[in-house]
Order: sequence, then C-alpha cells, then structure tokens
Amino acid sequence: MRVMVIVKATKNSEAGIMPSEKLLGAMGKFNEELVKAGVMLAGDGLQASAKGKRVRFANGKKSIVDGPFAETKELVAGFWIWQVKSMDEALEWARRCPDPMPGEESELEIRPLFETADFGELSPEIQAQQDRLRTTLESQKRG
Amino acid sequence: MQASATHQAIEAVWRIESARLLGGLVRMVRDVSLAEDLAQEALVLALAHWPGTGIPDNPGAWLMAAAKNRAIDELRRRRRVEQKHETLGEEASAAPPAHAMDIERALDEDVGDDLLRLLLVACHPVLSTDARAALTLRLLGGLTTDEIARAFLLPEPTIAQRIVRAKRTLAEAKVPFEVPRGDDLAARLPSVLEVVYLIFNEGYAATRGDEWIRTDLCDDALRVGRILAELVPQAAEVHGLVALMELQASRTRARRGPDGEPVLLLEQDRSRWDQLLIRRGFAALERAEALARPLGPYTLQAAIAACHARARTADATDWHRIVALYDALAELTGSPVVELNRAVAVAMAHGPAAGLELVDALAEEPALRRYHLLPSVRGDLLARLGRYAEARGELERAASLAENGREQALLLARARECGAKAAGALQN
Repeated sequence: MRVMVIVKATKNSEAGIMPSEKLLGAMGKFNEELVKAGVMLAGDGLQASAKGKRVRFANGKKSIVDGPFAETKELVAGFWIWQVKSMDEALEWARRCPDPMPGEESELEIRPLFETADFGELSPEIQAQQDRLRTTLESQKRG
Repeated sequence: MQASATHQAIEAVWRIESARLLGGLVRMVRDVSLAEDLAQEALVLALAHWPGTGIPDNPGAWLMAAAKNRAIDELRRRRRVEQKHETLGEEASAAPPAHAMDIERALDEDVGDDLLRLLLVACHPVLSTDARAALTLRLLGGLTTDEIARAFLLPEPTIAQRIVRAKRTLAEAKVPFEVPRGDDLAARLPSVLEVVYLIFNEGYAATRGDEWIRTDLCDDALRVGRILAELVPQAAEVHGLVALMELQASRTRARRGPDGEPVLLLEQDRSRWDQLLIRRGFAALERAEALARPLGPYTLQAAIAACHARARTADATDWHRIVALYDALAELTGSPVVELNRAVAVAMAHGPAAGLELVDALAEEPALRRYHLLPSVRGDLLARLGRYAEARGELERAASLAENGREQALLLARARECGAKAAGALQN
C-alpha cells in the first residue's frame, strides 16, 4: 500500500525559518534509510503558505485567495509518499523520523492512498459515466 | 486490544529489521538455517518483552544483541561438542570455529554488505529459480512461508519444502559467504536480477489462476529491486531492471478493465497510468544509460517501455525507435520471444504484412511451440490484413494454449469477433 505522510506546519515553518544544519543532516540520514529500504517513492518540503494561493469554490463561484493562511496547525509543511506493507509499518517508520520541528509541537499525519481495489464495485451510473468519459477521450485522441 | 496492537507493531518492526538482522547473522555464523533460527529466537524474545516494556528506541540493535547472545551460546555449545569429539579422537564437525571476538568485529562491518551477501546467497546459481524466488522473498522481503505460498498460489507445505531444500543445497554446496567484488560481483548479478524480475512478472502477468495481476508480488519485487539499486549503485543493469519494473507497474491500474479483464497496452486509458512511477522509471533509466555502453537487456527493455510511457496517445508511439531497440535486444539475447515482440513493433512501424513475414519465420521455432502469444500475434496481424477466417483459427489456438483464465476469455472473444467478420465478408 501507499501512504502519504504529511508534515504539519508550525509557527516557525510558516515564518519561513529554515531548518538547522543539524536537522537537515538528521533528515537526510532518515531519507537515506527510507530509500535504502525501498520505501520512499517521493517527498518534498513546502514553502510557507505566504507564498501559496488558494482557489475557493463556493455557490458555483470561484475566487482566488492569497496566502498566508490561518489555522497554522492544519497547514502542510512537507510530505512523503511511502510504499509500505501496512499502516503499522508506516507508523514504525514515522516513529523513526527525527523531530521535524524541534522546539515546537508538531505532527506527522499518515494517510493511506486509495488503491483501485478500494473503489470496489462501481455503481451502474458511475460506470456509465466513466464509459462516456473514456469514449470522449478516445474521440479526442482520434480527432 | 493493547496487546494485539503491540503485536502488530512488533510485526512491523520485524518487516523492517529482519533482512538486516539475518544478513548480520549469516555473516557471523555462515549458515542460513542457523541464522534464521537465531533471528526467530530474537523475535520470540521481543514478543515476550516488548508488550511489557514498549518497543525500544533502536529495535534493530535490540534484536541483533538478543540474536548475538544466542549465537555465542550456540557456538560455545558447538565448540564443546567439537572438543569432546577431539578428546575422543574423532574428527571435528565441519562447522567453522567462530569466537566471540570475530562476532564483535563482524558487527561493525557494513550493513549494506550484509544485505547484498544475503541476496547473493538467496539467489545463488546452485539453486533453481523457483527456490531462489522463494528464498529471496523469505530472507529479503520478510514474507512468511504462508505469504509466499499464497503469492504463488501454491500449498504452504510446497513452499516450506522448497525453502528447506534450498537451505540444505546451500549448505551441501558449501556456498562461500564472502561478498565478491568487481567483475566477480558483476558475474553474480544476473542470477539476482533474473529472480527479482521473475517475482515481478509472476505478479504482473500471473500465469496461474484467474487473477490477471497480483499487485502485492509486484510491490515486493520492486522493493527488493529498489534496495538492490542502492546496494550496487554502479551496476547499470540493476537500474535498468528497476526502470523496467517501475514503468511496467505504472500501467497496472489501466491494464485491468472494470470486470477485471485485461486491457491491452494500446487500448489502455493513458490518463490512468501512474505518473509518479513513470517519473521514477525515467530517472532509473537515466542512471542505467549513464552507466552502460552498450545497453544491457533490462535497460533496453526499459527504454522500450519508456517509449510507450512518453507517448501521450497510442498513435503517438515512436515505433521506429522501438524497432531499433528491439533490433539491439534481439541481437543481444537471440531470444525467439524477443523476435516475436520485434515482429509486433515492425508491424506497427511498417504495416501488418511486414510483421507477419517475421512472425511466419518463427513458426518452426521449438521454444515457441506452446507459447500462446505466437498464434495470438499472428491472429491479430491476419485480422488487420482482413484475413478473418485464418485469424479466428489462430486466436482459438492461442486461447487453447493460454493458462490464465482471464487471458483465455479475451482471446476467445477476439476469435469470435473475427469469426463474425469472416461470416460477414462471406455474405457480402
């Protein structure tokens, strides 16, 4: 299974304070372990939300919102995609992660990605919709 | 509840640590069976202690220390037996003497070497490929015998037997435990790559049973492949194999239709291809190409897979490049299966008649006599040439040779289609 491991933002990460040499070294070593174990598929750190934008959908209208965003603890500061055997394995790896935000309270959130099998049996309506989409895509390819 | 949660957590630790633990133990005791026993004893100790104390901060070191203590006990016991035998004037047992000092020193050696040694032993050429696959999944993948049996759709005792026999063969052949270097290492890698790809393919194109793809096996093979790529980063073909597996796995979602039936490459919905795996495949291919001249067979196959991955639509496929890559691959391997694939590529680049000519030249090939894809390809080319009645016969023959239920059904459906077209042509 694949999981996304989300590093939650903190006051410091949102203030754009860069991680220390020591943390970078520890994180580099941890990443190396993940790669050597064949677990890491991808991962990156995100810049502070001040540099981000949002597209908001409400009542059929779209609007653009500039960062920074409130609710710091709900924001994302970084992520990994891991290939693991189970949620327990993901937890064990996460436990081995160096404290990503030393001196502050922070969290790693582990969320399984949907696999094809998770969608189970499609309802006839959804199936028909997918078929139509496929037909349209096909005709676009030909056109 | 609490206890079972800890149990699962210990299993997760085991999954992460068991290969390194076994690798270290095999180096110390130079005996795969004994190493496995010692590792198991360490696990039993962990299962007894950790629910009370919690999982230690460095569980790998804990397990290694526990296993090491048992190893020292065991080796002392063996020495006592040996000495007793010597005083009795009998010949000492063949087990090499090992001292606590050797073990201390051994612990400081490189973990990467331990894993590589374990993989080389598991994939040793004295073993059959089936035995190598089972042992690799067991020692490197951390799978239980039961899990391996389920993956290969075989009864558990069959796999257990296979592993026991493999370990005995290794012991009897007195397989050396030194990690070879340079050219010697390069000479050993093909047997490892073969096994990893065999495991991958058993998952990707399941030959047995009704399931067309068994993703778990693909994931296990990819994981071993990715580990190997870090162990021997200088070996081009290792990256070539990883690239090939990443690129093939990127199509998994699109290869299965809504009812689980196979969808052929050119008919797949490319928007469902996994872009993350494609990018990883490209990166691994780049590493392989930078290291190798000329390109090896896995790298060439990965380069072919990359041509498909690069094409936004099936029509945009660079068939001329694919033909050139197959030319190189055919020259390198001399494999009739490669020749058959090359014929398909030629048909795409230069038309079905050109492809059919090449396929017909393979008709007498003994290696392809029972290979369902030969009549399957021939049937497709005949159909594209409008020779539907002949096409139908070939596709029916292909179906009778196919072992996978899903594939058989697909071939029969195509045969019926051709039959209907042939009948239509007669009426007109």
